[in-house]
Order: sequence, then structure tokens, then C-alpha cells
Amino acid sequence: MRLGSLSPGARVHVTLFISTAVAYALSFALYLIFLNTGKALTGRLGTLLLAAGLVTHYFALLERSRGLHTVPYHDLYGSMSLFGWLLALTYLGLELYHRQRSVGVLVLPFVLVFFVAAHLAPGDRLSPPEAHGPSFALHVALSILAYSAFALSFVLSLVYLGEERLLRVHKLGDVVWRLPPLELLDRMSRSSVLVGLVSITIGTALGFLWVDRLSNKYSFYDPKYAITLLVLLLYVAYFRLARTTAWRGARASKLCVFNFLIVFLSFTVVNFYLSHSHRYF
Amino acid sequence: MEIVLVGLNHRTAPVEVRERVSFTADQARRASEELRSKGILEETLVLSTCNRSEVYGVPPETSRECASGLSTFLSEFHSVRLEVLNGSLYHHYDREAVRHLFRVAAGLDSMMLGEAEILGQVREAYRVAHEQGATGPVLNRLFQGALEVGKRVRSETELGTRPTSVASAGVKLAERIFGKLDHRSALVLGAGAISEQVIAQLRDRGIARLYVTNRSRERADSLAKQYAGEVLPWGEWEKALPMPDVIVSSVAAEEVVLRREIVEQAMQQRANRALFLMDLGLPRNIDAGVGKLYNVYLYNIDDLTEIVAQNRHARENEIPKADSIVEEHVGRFLSWQASVELVGLINELRTKMREERAQFIRARVESIKHLTEADRACVEKMMDDLLEGLLLEPAQRLRGEKDLRRKIHNVEALRHLFLSNREKP
Repeated sequence: MRLGSLSPGARVHVTLFISTAVAYALSFALYLIFLNTGKALTGRLGTLLLAAGLVTHYFALLERSRGLHTVPYHDLYGSMSLFGWLLALTYLGLELYHRQRSVGVLVLPFVLVFFVAAHLAPGDRLSPPEAHGPSFALHVALSILAYSAFALSFVLSLVYLGEERLLRVHKLGDVVWRLPPLELLDRMSRSSVLVGLVSITIGTALGFLWVDRLSNKYSFYDPKYAITLLVLLLYVAYFRLARTTAWRGARASKLCVFNFLIVFLSFTVVNFYLSHSHRYF
Repeated sequence: MEIVLVGLNHRTAPVEVRERVSFTADQARRASEELRSKGILEETLVLSTCNRSEVYGVPPETSRECASGLSTFLSEFHSVRLEVLNGSLYHHYDREAVRHLFRVAAGLDSMMLGEAEILGQVREAYRVAHEQGATGPVLNRLFQGALEVGKRVRSETELGTRPTSVASAGVKLAERIFGKLDHRSALVLGAGAISEQVIAQLRDRGIARLYVTNRSRERADSLAKQYAGEVLPWGEWEKALPMPDVIVSSVAAEEVVLRREIVEQAMQQRANRALFLMDLGLPRNIDAGVGKLYNVYLYNIDDLTEIVAQNRHARENEIPKADSIVEEHVGRFLSWQASVELVGLINELRTKMREERAQFIRARVESIKHLTEADRACVEKMMDDLLEGLLLEPAQRLRGEKDLRRKIHNVEALRHLFLSNREKP
């Protein structure tokens, strides 16, 4: 497929796709080198390329929304791509806030996979949702932001559990010296969960506003509501328990991993097979 | 513009010789002054650490001749017989001297491979010599290069990153759990040599509060005073156990000092906040079962020794990478040195040719009677242009082509070939 033979819109689309994929891939490679060598400049370049990828990814989402006259979460493509973008954005925020780059190499593959997989996702012809407007857009965007923040805390918890295990069995290898300290991983995970909790709380509240408005068309007993409330409760529990005597440390991280499995269930099984009004968010 | 280095280090001299030839800061200043006032060196710098004493310099004559003068100077300065020194001193010139200094700054020549302190010592020696006015363009460039090599090796290789002593490995492990130690506290049981090493490392890494306890209160007092810690009476440290995040035990005891039940109780009281324990005693001071408690990390002397061995091995693997950085900078320095020398040589050649031209005109052109003043001026101008043209291309190539400068190894030989009857300026 030659770029010159495409329509102007498609050309922009392909250019943005390639630029974003390359920026994320290079960022991943630089984070990997940073983890292996500890070169600060490589880490900074990784962050810079991640930021560049975020910008081009944003324009890719924008361009597609304009082209289809729809929001980016209306189909599987948009939903996955938006999830990848918010995951990268949350990670970048966390990296800058905690000044810690070692986890980038573990997050970037997810971002890249979601971004590329979105392009490979089959097109669907679902009718647009009844709800629309800024409050609905915010409901969906915040929900996806929450999922991405929870995904990030999941990755951080896995790293915590792995590092904690290696420290306990005294098998440090090369990587442990490069990973963030356990307490920092714990703090990063809690920060990420906090972002997720705030987003999902506001997002869910906005969602219930729409339930109220469309109550003549939709049931209040959509399983999505129940599982979202369960997710909310589980993460509140994690947030509370993570600093208590019995749960502090590895147990809290295990709970965080378990919580994300419920999120995954909500995002996949519940959305695709059980929910009436939620498909891709 | 040769560089000469004469010195000794931990590899060439035993400690009893090293300590006799080491320089205090004042002695280093005085030696620099004497070396220049006696005309042994034009530029000079003395680098003296606990493991090495080295004099770097730029001699007025050829370096090989001045090396023996430097040895004699060292012998006289420290009142050590020359025969004692001769077996221990090494002499390096030009490329080898540059390479040696760059390897020293990189930590490749240190007793503890990749140690960080040496770079600070090189920086300090250079600062002192520079302030004293003992260095000139060559040593300034050389030592700035050495500092750059030291920084690059530390940032681009893992030569200095991994701890290679039991004490530093233990403290670095604590940082793997807690991150920065600046708001953490540590309790050290025992006040022997190993405890002191750990305390020094903890202080170096910024531990916020330090408690020391020992059977002999006097020794604990002395350590606490030296490292700004607090002393806990030997009988009362168990009560303080919930407080510290790091516990180090190095007590000579036949029985376990820290039992599992005590630590378990302390963990309850500290709400299961992570606890890192270093058992450096032999026999072990801490019940091995403590390591199984939730959020407790226990490392004994064997665990730490194994980590140190792994780290030493990892450091050794970094040597080729560090050496390639050293070689790159040696090449850069020699290229700069050659460019300075060659540009000087070209300028001398130009001066010589102008003198030859003036002589030639006096001898030949002035004998041609029919030439007017204007004709003579024109011939002089043409000869000037010809000579300038002959020198211009090589001068430009020498400025622009690094490889060419590297290929010209011996500027002195060129000088001898073209300017054999001229004094070196």
C-alpha cells in the first residue's frame, strides 16, 4: 500500500498511526536500555518519546473522531485506543510525580499492544448509544481512565510481588538493583488506585445520571452497575487496608492484583455478554 | 610538550613504602613549587591518596631524561633512599601517562575496582594545583579530560553502582526496601569494626536516626559520638525494637540475641511496617525463623558475602566497556596535543621560510641590477604567496583531520627534519 495512493484523510491516519507506534516502540526500547544500563539520558529520552507518542496518539484519536463524526469510544477500536492513551497518560503522570522510570518498560508493551490491536480490531456496526453530550462523554472517558489507572496499579503490584519475592529468597540478580524500592512501588500503586477511584466515582455518578434520564428505556438492573460498584468497593478496601497491620505490603499487592481481575471481568465478560448498555467502556 | 608521570601505588609498593612517600596537602603544594623552581618540571600536579602517590608533569626537556630527576626529587623530598623507591616507582610517558591517569580517574586502577572516592581525590588534587598556578595548558586539559572520563565511566557503566563490601551491600539492600533512608532509623547491636563500617555506610546514605548498643558502654559511646548517634543501654534495646526500620547485629555471643518471638512482637507494635535485619555475627545473632515473618527481610553474613561476590563479578564484566571509554578519551587528548604541537611546528616553519626568503632575496635578487624597486617587491610578494601556499594546505588539513593528527606520532621527528638548526621556542 503506497501512501501516495491514499485519500488525504487516510494518509493522515496512516502517518499518525506509524508515528505513534514508532514513538511508543522507541520509548519502550529506551526504557529497556535504561533498566539494563541505568543511563539517565536514555531514561529521559524514553520519557520524551512517550510524551511524543501521547501527542500523536491524541491526534490519531481526534482525527478518527472527526472522520467518523463519533466519539472515540463508540467502537472497539476507539475504546481500546483510548484505553491505551489513558494508560500511557496515567503512567507518565505517575512517573513525573514519583520521579521513577524503571517501570516504564513494563507499562509500554501494554500501551503499544492496545494501540496496535485497536487497528486490527474488526469494524462493527452497532447503533450509537442513546446517551450523548459532554456529561456522557465524561462518564465514558472517566470510566476508561479508571480502568487504565487500575491496570497500572496491577502492573505495579506485580512488580512489587516479584521484587519482594526475590528479596525474601535472596536472589537479587541484575534487575533488582534497577527496580524501584518496594515502598515506592507501594506508593505508586496507591497513587494509581487513587486516580482510578476518583475517576470511577465521578464517572459512575455521571453514568447514573444518564440511567435516570433514560430510565424509560433501560433497566436499572444492568449487571455492569453491580460489578462497577463491586470494583469501587474492592479498591476502597485496598486503599484502606494497604496501610493496616494485617495487610500492609505483599498482601495488599495481592489484593490489588485480584481487584484488577474483577476489572478485567467487568471490561470483557460483563461488557460483551451481560450488559445491555455497556459495550466498550 | 611531553607528559611524564612518576609514582607508586598499592600494586607496586607495600604500605610501609607508600606511607613514607605520601603527600599531605601542604607537602603537595611545596613539592609542586620546588619541582618548578628547580626547573625539573614546567607544569606539575601531585596526586596523593592512601593507595597512591603520583607526580604528573610537563618537563622542559625530553621526559625520559627528567624521570630520573623526578625519582631523585621524590627520594630527597621524603628522605627515603633511592634504592628503596626504585623497585616501587613506575614511570610513564605521554600516551601511557595519559592512559594511566584516565584509568585512575575511572576507578580501574583502584584497589576496590570502580570505587567512587578516587574521582573526588583527582578533582581535589587538580583544584589545589590549579589554584597554586602549578598547572598549565597541558595539565589543565589532561585533568579536565580525566574528570570527564571518571564521570562517563560512572554514568555509562555499572563499574561503581553495585556495592562490593558487606556493609555497603547491606545498606544498599535496605534502600531496595525503603528507598531513601533520610527518614528512617537504625539500631546497631554491637560496636566492633564491622558495626562501625555499617554505621559509616548508614550515615553516608543519610539515615535519619541511629541507635547504638553494646555490652561495653564506653565503645558504644565513642561510636555514637563519632557518628552522631544515640546510645541505648544494653539491657534496654529490646524495648526499643519496634522503632528502627533497620537492625544490624554484630555481637560476639554463643546464643541467639534476637529471638523470633521478640521480633514478632515488635512487628505487631510497628503495625507490620517492613523491617530489614542484617545478621553479621558469627555464630549468628538472629534466629533464622525471623526471616519467615511477614514483611521481615533477614540477611546473614553468608547472604551478603554472596551478593558482594556477584557484584564484584558484575563490576569486572564492565572493565572492557570502561576501558573503551578511556581509550576514546586518550585518543581525543593525544589528537588535541598533536594539533597544538603541529600548529606550533607550522608556525615555526613559516617563520623559518620567511627568513630563508629574505636571505635568498638579499643574496640573489639584489644582484640582478635591472630590476626596479617595484619589480623586487613584486618578486618578494610572489615568493611569499608561494611559501604561504605550500604551508596552507597541510595547516588546514592538520586543523580539520583528526585521523591525520593521530597518524603523526612524533612531532619532534618532524621538527628535527625541518627545523634541525632551530631552538625550540
